Amino acid sequence: MMQFSDYIFYFFSSILILASLKVITANNPVYSALSLVLAFFSAAGIWLLLHAEFLAIALVLVYVGAVMVLFLFVVMMLDINLESLKRGFWSYFPFAILIAGVFIVEIYLVVSDKFFLESQIETFGTSKSNTHSIGNILYTDYLLPFQISAVILLVAIISAIALTMSGHKSHKAIDPKDQIKVKRNDRIRIVKMKSEKR
Amino acid sequence: MLTNILTVALPEIIILISAMSVLLLGVFFKNKNASSLFGITQLALLIAAYFTSQLPIESKLLAFNDMFVADSLSLYLKLLSYFGLSLVLIYSRDYLLKKNLLNGEFFSLVLFALLGINLIISSYHLLTLYMGIELLSLSLYTLVAIDRKRKEATEAAMKYFILGAVASGFLLYGFSMLYGITGSLYLSKISEQIGVTEINPMILSFALVFVTVGIAFKFGAAPFQLWVPDVYQGSSTPITMFIGSVPKFASVAMLIRLLYQTLDHLVMDWQLMLLVMAITSMLLGNITAIAQTKIKRLLAYSTISHVGFMLLGLATGTITGISAALFYIATYVLMTLASFGLIIRLSNQRGDIDKISDLSGLVKDQPWVAFLLLIIFLSLAGIPPTIGFYAKFSIIQATLQFGWIWPAVIAVISALIGIYYYLRMIKIAYFDDTIKATKTSKSVNNELNLTLTMNVLALIVLGLFPSTLMDIATLTSALIF
Repeated sequence: MMQFSDYIFYFFSSILILASLKVITANNPVYSALSLVLAFFSAAGIWLLLHAEFLAIALVLVYVGAVMVLFLFVVMMLDINLESLKRGFWSYFPFAILIAGVFIVEIYLVVSDKFFLESQIETFGTSKSNTHSIGNILYTDYLLPFQISAVILLVAIISAIALTMSGHKSHKAIDPKDQIKVKRNDRIRIVKMKSEKR
Repeated sequence: MLTNILTVALPEIIILISAMSVLLLGVFFKNKNASSLFGITQLALLIAAYFTSQLPIESKLLAFNDMFVADSLSLYLKLLSYFGLSLVLIYSRDYLLKKNLLNGEFFSLVLFALLGINLIISSYHLLTLYMGIELLSLSLYTLVAIDRKRKEATEAAMKYFILGAVASGFLLYGFSMLYGITGSLYLSKISEQIGVTEINPMILSFALVFVTVGIAFKFGAAPFQLWVPDVYQGSSTPITMFIGSVPKFASVAMLIRLLYQTLDHLVMDWQLMLLVMAITSMLLGNITAIAQTKIKRLLAYSTISHVGFMLLGLATGTITGISAALFYIATYVLMTLASFGLIIRLSNQRGDIDKISDLSGLVKDQPWVAFLLLIIFLSLAGIPPTIGFYAKFSIIQATLQFGWIWPAVIAVISALIGIYYYLRMIKIAYFDDTIKATKTSKSVNNELNLTLTMNVLALIVLGLFPSTLMDIATLTSALIF
């Protein structure tokens, strides 16, 4: 007998699968980016069903709200040539099938519970809210990894700026010192020409 | 908890604070030779070294919910890292100043890389270990690419980035399998679980292979060495010096933590893998180095062969083997710093030294520098009065003690092959006529000269009296188990 939550699960899952299919089959990259947004929304819905409300909200806020919007901007700004992207699809197809097969076997192995023990992995009850539990563990037990991830992000920011900033040429203001030093000869060149005869 | 963190992780906290303050001060202090930033960085290294040396060597101190450990291994490798980085900064100062790269970003990225190295050395948890690796790698990719005007630097950074990301992926895959079969990320608990419970051997060997491949990639050992020559050649010489020296301490620590302290029950399995990698690295490194015409490529292949020697010591799984490898890594870094320091010293005067033939006729020009070059390359080759001899000797001795005759014979043969190209460098510097007339500027930095001379002197003094360093290495490795 199916419960009400099962119907919701199947509803979100079918939307998720359809949206994911649309991501890879859509002709227009903007459509596929928008389908990805839909896929994220449905995944967030499934997470909500699993009582993982913090992850669901984070997914919507971070991926849908920030990452995908940026992604859409980039897609719209770049002039992507679809023909060159689609070339060679069929020649890569057997390889893609192979990889997909490997993935399916891997997922089966993980889900089948034959090799990995699931029992020892800690789970939290639903007595406290998700946010509370994550916050609790993040700032006590996992303090060091949390801090290091902050440092890694800082290094990423420094790297991005150090590698892309081109120094002084970003502004067009003129240095007064240079303005005073300017001489007539720097600006004007008088060319002697013969006057043309009529 | 706070006092615990403050005693155990104080050096890391100091490095982090100094890295961020150097970054901030770099914006405000824009004096020409960046002397204040240089001074702050060196001071931070000194303070960190002081607080690290205050930690006890015999006991194992844990902090951050047992994710962070301070023991004999971390003490030994961290002190060497501070020393190595300090030398790197002294050597590279003038060169980077000339290239207009000596700024706050450089110092802070170097310090962040050191923080990553320290975290790898001290991690007792797979998550911390992985994040340390990422912190180190990210800083190194940027340091390689930071000289944006040169196309080769960008190319090298791209190659390093892609291959490094693949290696991290391998490592992470292995970690995830370990988590799947043991249900824990703590190194000690994983080791316990593998010893106690019945685990499907196929999955376990998969995890082992992925972890070992990841380590070999980061180490630059033979079947996974392809990035080493390109990155060495592409990055500017001080960065090459940094990549070739200090991060190797982290690689050794990673290997010991993951194989000796986590997968210690699988010693029979990884021993053979390490042995095969050691032999291929030694042979491939030394044979390929013969054909090189560029100095940095030659040193890259020489690095691969040295890594092979270290792996040979680590493959034995005995205390003598590990102590020989720990001794070797210290001497290797000392020799690498001296050789790159010499190249930088010459590049400052004669313009960038790229080909081996650029060294020709050095003895007529600067007899003292040529003499230093002689000692450095004799040491790299492993000729007796220098430290390189004793390092190779102790590795081969440990291999023989373990009962591996053939690996020891191959090690000796590959060392003999290596002598050829090291001696050829000396021959070019001493007996060949100058090919291109170079303008030598007379401006010599005394600080660099003095450090280089002291460094080379250390190669001889430690070669004559190796017992102190060897005793420390033996003490360190005895406490690993």
